[in-house]
Amino acid sequence: MNIIEILNLVHEYRELDEEGNEAEALRAVDGVSLTVEEGEFIAILGHNGSGKSTLAKHVNALLTPTEGTVYLSGMNVAEHKPIWEVRREAGMIFQNPDNQIIGTSVEEDVAFGPENMGIPTEELLKRVEVSLEKAGMAAYRLHSPNKLSGGQKQRVAIAGMLAMRPKVILMDEPTAMLDPVGRKEVLETMHELNRQEGITVVFITHYMEEVVDADRIVVMKDGKLVMNGAPREVFSRLEELEECHLTAPEVTRLAAELKKAGLDLPDGVLSVDELVNALCRLK
Amino acid sequence: MQIEVKDVCYTYTPEAEQPKFAVDHVSFSVEEGEFIALIGHTGSGKSTLIQFLDGLLKPTSGEVLFHGENVAAKGYDLKTLRQKVGLVFQYPEYQLFETTVLKDVCYGPKNMGLPKEEQEARAKEALSLVRFPEASYEKSPFDLSGGRKRRAAIAGILAMKPEVLILDEPTAGLDPEGREDILNVCRNLNDQGITVILVSHSMEDVAEYAKRILVMNQGKLIYDAPPEKVFSDWRKLEEIGLSAPEVTYVMEGLRKAGFDVRTDVFTVEKAKEEILRVFGK
Amino acid sequence: MIRDITLGQYYEADSVIHRLDPRVKLAFTVIYIVSLYVGEGVLAFALAASFLAVIIILSKVPVSFMLRGLKSIFILMIISVIFNLFLTQGEEIFHWWIFRITKEGIRIAVRMVIRLILLIMGTSIMTLTTTPSRLTDGLEKAFGFLKIFHVPVHAVAMMMSIALRFIPILIEEVNKIMKAQQARGADFENGGLIKKAKAMIPLLIPLFVSAFRRADDLANAMEARCYHGGDDRTKLHPLKYRKRDAIAYLVLFAYLAAIILLRIFTSELIKIVP
Repeated sequence: MNIIEILNLVHEYRELDEEGNEAEALRAVDGVSLTVEEGEFIAILGHNGSGKSTLAKHVNALLTPTEGTVYLSGMNVAEHKPIWEVRREAGMIFQNPDNQIIGTSVEEDVAFGPENMGIPTEELLKRVEVSLEKAGMAAYRLHSPNKLSGGQKQRVAIAGMLAMRPKVILMDEPTAMLDPVGRKEVLETMHELNRQEGITVVFITHYMEEVVDADRIVVMKDGKLVMNGAPREVFSRLEELEECHLTAPEVTRLAAELKKAGLDLPDGVLSVDELVNALCRLK
Repeated sequence: MQIEVKDVCYTYTPEAEQPKFAVDHVSFSVEEGEFIALIGHTGSGKSTLIQFLDGLLKPTSGEVLFHGENVAAKGYDLKTLRQKVGLVFQYPEYQLFETTVLKDVCYGPKNMGLPKEEQEARAKEALSLVRFPEASYEKSPFDLSGGRKRRAAIAGILAMKPEVLILDEPTAGLDPEGREDILNVCRNLNDQGITVILVSHSMEDVAEYAKRILVMNQGKLIYDAPPEKVFSDWRKLEEIGLSAPEVTYVMEGLRKAGFDVRTDVFTVEKAKEEILRVFGK
Repeated sequence: MIRDITLGQYYEADSVIHRLDPRVKLAFTVIYIVSLYVGEGVLAFALAASFLAVIIILSKVPVSFMLRGLKSIFILMIISVIFNLFLTQGEEIFHWWIFRITKEGIRIAVRMVIRLILLIMGTSIMTLTTTPSRLTDGLEKAFGFLKIFHVPVHAVAMMMSIALRFIPILIEEVNKIMKAQQARGADFENGGLIKKAKAMIPLLIPLFVSAFRRADDLANAMEARCYHGGDDRTKLHPLKYRKRDAIAYLVLFAYLAAIILLRIFTSELIKIVP
């Protein structure tokens, strides 16, 4: 079943001049169509300003389309009322871990979403406990968010989403401001939730190494969707990627270089083990 | 010797009986024209350490010498030090404040008390060093894209013509092309004789450019060695929350599988040569 | 310097005082301030001081921690002591050049110092033993009746709690920007007033820009989590009065009554013994 359906989406940021007339219209998303199946882990890649964030913000109605329609679990996102029925279906994690934590303690922050949904207190307590457990942050329940590491803050934010019991979690460059340890923490948590809870994940990033385990990769360039396929397939098209101002992970590039030099290697090698095994077979 | 760091310590609780050291007895020196990478995970003390070099923090004990003079000494000219040792903080674009890019880059030279023409000449030179497009000089710095903002901010430091440039995570949050751009700028500056100290936790960034790597962990300097030496010790790196470049792991895997390859290889280019050598191509 | 101010800082401990409903502590703060100004004479101050001492002991907040809060008002205290000591008219007991100290001056100065110390310590009890969020919850509930007059109580409480969360972040940010500009040769310390004020521009503009960016991010994050004002909102820890709160209220009013009685009594005493 398609949980997200985006049809010919266009989004323009309009700039007004001093008289209030339209001075400039910037097309951030330019005619994108995309469907995401329930339970999928989909990664969106793209250079800075390629429109990937703007695209994602349409799914939970933070932005309304200039043209086109977005469906989430069958609801027309832009028209559905009340709007929080859409938002509790698709949670969103943002880039800056500091700017999305509202509560002054971890448990209060996790409770914020369901509190807004009017969930009764006993149920709230249960949801907070379960969500923190799933995000691996149960030990920090009463801590102040200010003292956590970046990766831990993002996991608190993830627990905050889980407490709303969403079907989809949209992640808008959640690892961009983290160190390698934090990035790994967040990524592993999301994969686990995807596998165990069946939550659909839309993961936006520009770290190539982070997407090799995704079910599917979508690449955006200047507001358009230009590539869409399994990681192996996308990463075997190195030239196209470079045109999108992106690259492939180091191992993939090494394998491609070796192949060019005459070694009989497969396309789109994704991991260290894969490359080592392939080379062993050549011996 | 351009910079000498002698047994410096830093603690936030100097009165405590057993103070916790953010920087714990660190010594190293920097020669003119070097390209050094300083790596370590968040909280390893690397950000504190670089602030000593710029006189923004004074070590609790130990000393930092710039051209042989103790920068913490009374009456030492910190203003000149900060001009000679340019420090680019993490997310430097957050320091932009002027109405145009050009004016913002002039801020440093202006603080040095240079005449207006000289300020602008230096600003323009700095902007061209970071390959900032001339057409955008008069734009508001707040209207730029992320990568350009970053480059404008770096130019703000370069306009003071530093001898040493220290950059704290200059590629954080940028896309692959933006990262490459910034690193290329660093290399060009180094080619022109500027000493570069690159603080990072991205091994891939570091591997390609640095000729010497300093590794910090829990306030201690645990490595001061060329990249091949540091990366071949990837087990130790992993223990302290870092890792070697992916390529190093490929070589390690091949070695284990019985290939006679060198394992002190850490860039795609070198790895390719080495593997092809073994395969006799 | 900022670290020294205990006012508005929470001290984590598990105590009866910590567990009290924030509304009780709010009432305590108001009543305690009133009592310090209603109370007259040695007995009243002794009562106020011992009442506070009991509460501090119950709260398990170390006294040293409380005293640290006094450091920040030390200068203020010295200045007012000097003013009161030298400028009060009355019976002279010491005279040197233009300085004269009077009996009344000493009495007023001493009374003021005691009052100020008790006031600062008494009011910091609330913030030291109540998490900022419980505090705002308490304020929201306590002033909830204002909703009838169309005062947006929920919105104000929400703003307060967000402000509380972001104050430490913004302080850190000020530090960072300051260092970044110092690295570009900014001088925040030297020069006259105008020069100093001008030097603040490179600090304030980035700070505002960043505050707005954070506000924008936060608004997005809140909307994404279904925030739509205070209507139909539930609470993880709703405020409910318990037995201990009732007892606390009783103690509190008994204390206030004692202070008032003491005042009436001592003023009677003064009348009898002029």
